[in-house]
Amino acid sequence: MIKKFDKKDEESGSGSNPFQHLEKSAVLQEARIFNETPINPRRCLHILTKIIYLLNQGEHFGTTEATEAFFAMTRLFQSNDQTLRRMCYLTIKEMANISEDVIIVTSSLTKDMTGKEDVYRGPAIRALCRITDSTMLQAIERYMKQAIVDKVPSVSSSALVSSLHMVKRSYDVVKRWVNEAQEAASSDNIMVQYHALGLLYHLRKNDRLAVTKMLNKFTKSGLKSPFAYCMLIRIASKLLDETEGGHDSPLFDFIESCLRNKNEMVVYEAASAIVHMPNCTARELAPAVSVLQLFCSSPKAALRYAAVRTLNKVAMKHPSAVTACNLDLENLITDSNRSIATLAITTLLKTGSESSVDRLMKQISSFVSEISDEFKVVVVQAISSLCQKYPRKHSVMMNFLSNMLRDDGGFEYKRAIVDCIISIIEENPESKETGLAHLCEFIEDCEHTVLATKILHLLGKEGPRTPQPSKYIRFIFNRVVLESEAVRAAAVSALAKFGAQNDDLLPSVLVLMQRCMMDSDDEVRDRATFYMNVLQQKQKALNAAYIFNGLSVSIPGLEKSLHQYTLEPSEKPFDMKSVPLATAPITEHKTGTTTCCRLICTGKLPEKLAPSRQDIYQEQLAAIPEFQALGPLFKSSEQVQLTEAETEYVVRCIKHTFARHMVFQFDCTNTLNDQLLQKVVVQMEPSESYEVTNYIPATSLPYSQPGSCYTLVQLPDDDPTAVSCTFSCTMKYLVKDCDPNTGEPDDDGYDDEYVLEDLEVTVADHIQKVLKANFGAAWEEVGDEFEKEETFALASVQTLDEAVGNIISFLGMQPCERSDKVPENKNSHVLFLAGVFRGCHDVLVRARLALADGVTMQVTVRSSEETVVDVILASVG
Amino acid sequence: MFPGCGPSLYTVKAVLILDNDGDRLYAKYYGDGYPSVKEQKALEKNIFNKTHRTDSEIALLEGLTVVYKSNIDLFFYVIGSSHENELMLMAVLNCLFDSLSQMLRKNVERRALLENMEGLFLAVDEIVDGGVILESDPQQVVHRVALRGDDVPLTEQTVTQVRKSIRASLSAIKFKSSITLLTVKAH
Repeated sequence: MIKKFDKKDEESGSGSNPFQHLEKSAVLQEARIFNETPINPRRCLHILTKIIYLLNQGEHFGTTEATEAFFAMTRLFQSNDQTLRRMCYLTIKEMANISEDVIIVTSSLTKDMTGKEDVYRGPAIRALCRITDSTMLQAIERYMKQAIVDKVPSVSSSALVSSLHMVKRSYDVVKRWVNEAQEAASSDNIMVQYHALGLLYHLRKNDRLAVTKMLNKFTKSGLKSPFAYCMLIRIASKLLDETEGGHDSPLFDFIESCLRNKNEMVVYEAASAIVHMPNCTARELAPAVSVLQLFCSSPKAALRYAAVRTLNKVAMKHPSAVTACNLDLENLITDSNRSIATLAITTLLKTGSESSVDRLMKQISSFVSEISDEFKVVVVQAISSLCQKYPRKHSVMMNFLSNMLRDDGGFEYKRAIVDCIISIIEENPESKETGLAHLCEFIEDCEHTVLATKILHLLGKEGPRTPQPSKYIRFIFNRVVLESEAVRAAAVSALAKFGAQNDDLLPSVLVLMQRCMMDSDDEVRDRATFYMNVLQQKQKALNAAYIFNGLSVSIPGLEKSLHQYTLEPSEKPFDMKSVPLATAPITEHKTGTTTCCRLICTGKLPEKLAPSRQDIYQEQLAAIPEFQALGPLFKSSEQVQLTEAETEYVVRCIKHTFARHMVFQFDCTNTLNDQLLQKVVVQMEPSESYEVTNYIPATSLPYSQPGSCYTLVQLPDDDPTAVSCTFSCTMKYLVKDCDPNTGEPDDDGYDDEYVLEDLEVTVADHIQKVLKANFGAAWEEVGDEFEKEETFALASVQTLDEAVGNIISFLGMQPCERSDKVPENKNSHVLFLAGVFRGCHDVLVRARLALADGVTMQVTVRSSEETVVDVILASVG
Repeated sequence: MFPGCGPSLYTVKAVLILDNDGDRLYAKYYGDGYPSVKEQKALEKNIFNKTHRTDSEIALLEGLTVVYKSNIDLFFYVIGSSHENELMLMAVLNCLFDSLSQMLRKNVERRALLENMEGLFLAVDEIVDGGVILESDPQQVVHRVALRGDDVPLTEQTVTQVRKSIRASLSAIKFKSSITLLTVKAH
């Protein structure tokens, strides 16, 4: 087709785009020729093409101009040019949402859809359904039904697909066409069959029985269309999943039989369905895996990709099932499609045995320089998980990682490597020195501030405890000389940690600090001066408090407290303990002060950091007047279920601990739609000397809307050791029957009660977890003034792992120094726990465990308060 | 089979054709995954950057499976969810390419495509409808698009074609009057 404008373009070069400089206004101006008689189809077609091209480029059309063009376009229905008519349909669809009154073309389209010209009928149906709403749909219902069963495939397909689009808007109308769709499903045309099956399923998907029937019918009769087979496999596997049907069900047999279909698309769909089924056994997976294995050597990249991606999924759960494909996967490592190569490698790393790791790593190193950063990160992640699986291979990995670290690469890539090395160091103490050495080398030439500071922090933490701490000093001080402010400051902090822990290094560190005090940056100078002064005191307690276990209170909490303090200036100095304890906060407080400060509850500041769960509870509780005098919230427990699942009422309890009180928050849900509950309280009967002082009822509890009621309990003042207590709970309320549909309640109701399960308060509810980065230092800081020691025999426990788990969950304290991980094949272990007891008393526990016919445990407790030590020991015993 | 998405006919999320510089020649998005032009262009840029240098045919990007094919100065993309059967998307891509190849007489390049944009619009409309694969056989698509062969002399037209065109012009005269009536009413 040679058009006028093309000639001009030919002169200006072959790269030109005839549509490039289209102006919307000019095109709309041109559209006026639509009104000329006789219609010039060629020119009109070209203008419509331009309009659609502009819409396609994302050009915005205003409602008025679109409507104007649309109405002009309707005149073109007078022309009988086929292409022009088809372009009109397209314009209608494109403009359906922009122009007004598009329904004006309804009768023209209805005419075309029922006319004799087959080329028009399908597209006309689709355009018509695009502009039709539910009310209008009824008017054309008769034609739609006819079209669905039309013998021309394009007409039938168009009608079916359009019906599918309209199910969302007019389910009630479309569902009346089920019989026609059923008839279409037995069509000879593969696409009609596929579309009919899709529509039938969408109409019936909420009726499991109908879906089952449909599946039975089609799995027996068989289908022609591979697309329809794929759809059927999906429906079958969803039904299997929902009914938790065993793998002996006929549906599973059907899916498995599809593995032998002659179309690759169907075979792959079936294999993928089997792989994604939960609880598939290795034997059931085997046939699926073997077809995927065949696909691995297909010449089609998409098929290889699909196969290796699915095998990768299998490898996550059943690595052994994929081992058979290892050879094929290794061939894919050199695939020109990088996605395939990367997936092959990560799959191999998951399935490979320990002995093959070396070989694989060698193969990857030949390949890794060729792939993009994105894939390198994937490889590093795979290595990281491999390290966890085969800790003994860490030296191979470490070498590999350090080589990767030396190569060029972006930030994400380097960060992945650094994270991986750090996790290896944490998992394997033996690898610590080599790992630190690699990282030291890396920061010598590292352009990423974030990574440099991260590594310096790690050096400060781990370096002083290595046999030769002095060798790290050089690397760290080099940073002070060469780097940007943030890195220099981090380096100063790291240096201070060396000085605090290694007495023989202290003089040199002090000299270096002195030089840092001359730095040009404020932050660096401040840090140096601060550490210098702390170090010069040569006191272990000060070092522990201000250098090792630095300040890490919940930041939003601290911000709020400081803001509050500046709003209400007072004579008293700011007390760190007024900062509410967040999930794992640390309060380094002066010894002796025990008074808790006022509750910080104003929500005026916009939160910069996402508030923790506890911050949210703090806000909620502070809003209730009865609880405002309780002080800061100390700890909130996890939810405890007080009812069985699927009972009339669902009640969950959260225990909030304050300095001298506990608040029990009962989240209640009423699951009866014919009842309205009012004045709901949970009455609690304590077994110990706990005293219930107040009930805050939930005023109204309509069907399925959760509400909360509270019970306030005073902790016994005279007996601080009474930390555990059992409460029997009864929910009391006023029931009003109501209409299930409207929720309108009757006027009078009656009192009723509902017995809940007992609620336990244990020692863990009185202790907040606190992480001490350096347990030894904290242990010295607290001192042995109130140290007590006792030995227990845990007869019922068989392994050290189990014992450690039990102790941690019983005491609710934070394990430090990764001591919650028991090394394999050891008969003894030391567990370090840290926490803060209610009332802001630090408490530290050291438990030595020995395994011999049950576990023997020697517990040493230190705290700043004697009663706390007693409480802990008493509750352990 | 995949958590969160039931079996559905909605397979294709987008069909794209970009030129050598990654500029959009054609883009059709289905569903509401990329509502604004800005997001669409960003996706197109990302896809183009990741794919134009390699001649492999499939990639995973932004959680989407992208199958693609390049020819001379054109890049064809079909995009679906990452859970989608890759071979189905491939079927759509192949159908689109083969249909265009026939319509452009094997001359699948930017210039020829731009001269036949209406053919492209109609072909895509026949292959995918609102995200549902409507047809996967290129012969059928070409037949349905029925782009008028360029000024085929009357002597070379088949008898059916002639008969068809005569019948068409007759029926046109018949309902011309009704349409005129309709447009008058609208105004």
